[in-house]
Amino acid sequence: MDLGPHATFIWLCYAIVGVVIAALVGFLAAEGARLKRELADLEAQGVMRERAGKDDKDRA
Amino acid sequence: MARTANLTERLANPTRFMALSARMLPWVSLLAFGLIAAGLVLSANAPPDYQQGHTVKIMFIHVPCAWLAMATYVLIAVSSAGLLIFRHPLADVSAKAAAPIGAAFTLLALITGSLWGKPMWGTYWAWDARLTSVLILFFLYLGLIALRSSLDDEALAAKSTALLALVGVVILPVIKFSVNWWYTLHQPSTRFTATLDPVFRTPLLVMALGFTVLLVALHLKAMRNEILRRRVRSLTMRAVERANREALASATAVAE
Repeated sequence: MDLGPHATFIWLCYAIVGVVIAALVGFLAAEGARLKRELADLEAQGVMRERAGKDDKDRA
Repeated sequence: MARTANLTERLANPTRFMALSARMLPWVSLLAFGLIAAGLVLSANAPPDYQQGHTVKIMFIHVPCAWLAMATYVLIAVSSAGLLIFRHPLADVSAKAAAPIGAAFTLLALITGSLWGKPMWGTYWAWDARLTSVLILFFLYLGLIALRSSLDDEALAAKSTALLALVGVVILPVIKFSVNWWYTLHQPSTRFTATLDPVFRTPLLVMALGFTVLLVALHLKAMRNEILRRRVRSLTMRAVERANREALASATAVAE
């Protein structure tokens, strides 16, 4: 694709936006997975939330 | 109105929010991906502008980033008002989750604007009203993040950040009208139907819509993470309390 004399500026803009958005998505996904693992570990140790039982009843 | 209030009340329960957002997130993400992909194809096929040449393609990502920089701040301000006025349990989660996303889009608006400015204005940066007010918005986002992390008391941090966010709303009209109030290098606001040819308007609208749906997806995910983080903290404290109780009981048994 011929983008003329300012092609570098155009490609750089799209590349930076792509990298920052990909980093944001990657960070949020990794953080979510880490927190889910930590929560599962704590629950496996028998530590439960106060409202967990009540929430289960609400859902039923 | 009553239906909206009812939905807000139902969503006030974090467990319900987690269930609903888990169902919504894949579809919202897919929609954002599809719209942005379509927007990129339309942008690539847009003809060069008679004045700007191909650099007009920078508009298709710069304008959505700038739009999200301001829209995210509105989201934070509404959430902050929800916390201070209605004490909505998810309002602080929403405000906290949105701040880093808003900072990222503001930074992208500044960088893409700067890279557009060099070939068009001959400079990467000028201390004019629009550029400077957006830079202040970026610092405001950093201020919100820094203030929250500097306070250990979660409730105090939430209220202080909400107050700062509401005071900071004053920057939004300054950004919006800066190009009318002062002489600036930045061009006046684009009137979509009056000043923009459809060959540029369509890709811009599709990209703006795609980025807006992306913001919804990122915000939902960040809110889910924040709720999980609060659950982990609360369970960790409970585990520490339980360990302390057990240690005390065994010490008492040994003493007897």
